[in-house]
Amino acid sequence: MEIETIKNIKNKSKVKERISGSEAIVRCLIEEGVKILYGYPGGAIMPVYDELYKFQHKIHHVLARHEQGATHAAQGFARISGKVGVAIATSGPGATNLITGIADAQIDSTPMVCITGQVASHLLGTDAFQETDIVGISTPVTKWNHQITKASEIPSVIAKAFYIAKSGRPGPVLIDITKDAQFEEFDFSYEICTKVRSYNPSPKINLTAVADAAKLINYAKKPLIVWGQGVILGGAEQVLKAVVEKSGIPAAWTILGASALPTSHPLNVGMLGMHGNYAPNMLTNECDLLIAIGMRFDDRVTGSLNTYAKQAKIIHFEIDPSEVDKNVKTNVAVLGDAKASLEILLPLLEINKHKEWHQKFKDLYAIEYEKVIKNDIHPTKEGLTMGEVINEINIYSKGEAAIVTDVGQHQMIACRYAQFNKTKSNITSGGLGTMGFGLPAAIGAKMAAPDREVVSISGDGGYQMTIQELGTIFQQKAAVKVVVLNNDFLGMVRQWQQLFFDKRYASTEMVNPNFVAIAEGYYLKAKKVTKREELSSAVKEMMESKDAYFLEVCVEKEGNVFPMIPSGASVSEIRLE
Amino acid sequence: MNIEKQLFTVSIYTENNIGLLNRISAIFQRRHINIESLNTSPSEIEGVSKFTIVVNMTEENIKRIIGQIEKQVEVIKAYHHKDEDTIYQESCIFKMKSDLLFEERQIQNIIKDSNARIVTVNKEFFVIEKSGKKEEVDLIYRELKPFKILQFTRSGRVSVSKKPMEISQMLSAFN
Repeated sequence: MEIETIKNIKNKSKVKERISGSEAIVRCLIEEGVKILYGYPGGAIMPVYDELYKFQHKIHHVLARHEQGATHAAQGFARISGKVGVAIATSGPGATNLITGIADAQIDSTPMVCITGQVASHLLGTDAFQETDIVGISTPVTKWNHQITKASEIPSVIAKAFYIAKSGRPGPVLIDITKDAQFEEFDFSYEICTKVRSYNPSPKINLTAVADAAKLINYAKKPLIVWGQGVILGGAEQVLKAVVEKSGIPAAWTILGASALPTSHPLNVGMLGMHGNYAPNMLTNECDLLIAIGMRFDDRVTGSLNTYAKQAKIIHFEIDPSEVDKNVKTNVAVLGDAKASLEILLPLLEINKHKEWHQKFKDLYAIEYEKVIKNDIHPTKEGLTMGEVINEINIYSKGEAAIVTDVGQHQMIACRYAQFNKTKSNITSGGLGTMGFGLPAAIGAKMAAPDREVVSISGDGGYQMTIQELGTIFQQKAAVKVVVLNNDFLGMVRQWQQLFFDKRYASTEMVNPNFVAIAEGYYLKAKKVTKREELSSAVKEMMESKDAYFLEVCVEKEGNVFPMIPSGASVSEIRLE
Repeated sequence: MNIEKQLFTVSIYTENNIGLLNRISAIFQRRHINIESLNTSPSEIEGVSKFTIVVNMTEENIKRIIGQIEKQVEVIKAYHHKDEDTIYQESCIFKMKSDLLFEERQIQNIIKDSNARIVTVNKEFFVIEKSGKKEEVDLIYRELKPFKILQFTRSGRVSVSKKPMEISQMLSAFN
């Protein structure tokens, strides 16, 4: 009660100002530390844009070329910085165009706040111009959403939105604000949200469960760590490294976990899943203990669940209780934040080397190198491979660049071969597999981390889904390096057609435009490479450029990504050719 | 674990917020699970709503669903119970022609035997109300059907659990 009284006095002592709802929205964003937001104006959000004009010295609005691009840019911003990405759009089509990015952020746990304008509250439900039920539409793909019809709700709802978006397992939040609420004046004051009574973002860690986990780990002869994005989202990279080094356990990663531990780390045994590395996939079905950290056993990682790690005991470190036992039954579940959990675990672990067990990984890597990797990154046949392009980028980035990929063959190849020294360096659409993600996400990433090299790698298909964001690059002078690996095919679908549909290439061959001319049309420096001898100097020129740069590399038309776990097969049925 | 489908009563304590019904029903819809009955009402705690949902599914799946429901920001707590762990009732009302009351003696017997009651009678029609378990409601429906029912409506299940649902303690822990 006493605390309550003090709080009330504090609140009362806060100076309240009479301002409009739209000004309040912008001031709330500034209070939350937002310096950049991505969006597209329109009728129902115009009062907010008017305030953004007024506050442009404090908050920079980036005009995307399509609302989808704005969401992906906000995602790229969030993924490289760990901060909440913000996207803003008008009602109706502006709002519906956000949905793909929101769904992507939901499945990849990206903190994002989207603000949409809405028709005036007296018009709700009348099929007014540019009215759409965006709260209804976005419900299944948001962590939380809410419609504001009164200006007085704005500060508390926006504060709650940011708190929910970034806490616990992060995700997207959408706030829909009617135009009359934007115009309405009210007494403004702002308080950061620190709790919501029905919401428990980070479960309390059960020390007994951690002790049980430690016992299993210390006893195991062939343990395998599989980590995911939870390590990055929880800031647990350093303690993961310490756990791995002390216990000597080989550690493999999901696509979204990439870069949490440097790729060159001797205990990093590579990528899991459908196009992951041979050793960690094969040995998933041989380990005696699987230690999952901040990952959710996605079907692209596990293959058939009926044959997934059946011989092993399973430990699952996880912040989201609904993920435990969802796909894979655990023996020990440790609920809570990855960093805090691993910090409790670390002192309980015995020092170990697991030398013989490691040898198995090395042996299988040697097989993969001989059959796949060598031909991918040092090909002897005529056509350029995607792998050698990534390898060339590694040479000049020295593993320091953030690699932003789209979806498809180039994505798998980039994740397999890109070198990462720093965390938060692999930005890609994992769960949703959103073609068109890469280019705008790279813009967001570059603007969030202007001192970092950001390389966007796309295929010729996905690139053309959001190609118009070249305009954003030009207008913002965002020095993104844009690489298109062009095989004139929707390569991944073509690969499946080749392997599973008797080479019937239905609608996967692309007749492409002059990409260099398009990039030059947006005043970007641009180059096209068709021969191996031109590749190295072109990549060098791109990487040394201070400005944005477009590089098209024409790669072999019918290259395939291997290894591959056929859909529905077991991880140990992984094919090398 | 039982892999047979059976009826579960799901009790969900939530904040009272527009849109939450949509959010919760979407969890079932997305997994192609048919909701047998659904009821929302205020709960025993002021400002807290309660959803009572009946579904037919396996225990393994209902546990996953509960996880997904509890994950929603405005859900305070969700429980699932088998029929034997709850006390539950449904309610139904029938509208029938008033002549029948005098012409068909059997109707009076049905009302008496099934512990139903007459809510109202006027010149044209009368209304019968019956509360009970699903089977009891089914039975009276079958018995009255031959006499021509003008209108029939049944409610969703309302239920309380035999074991306590400790929401108040949870809420005070949050605060």
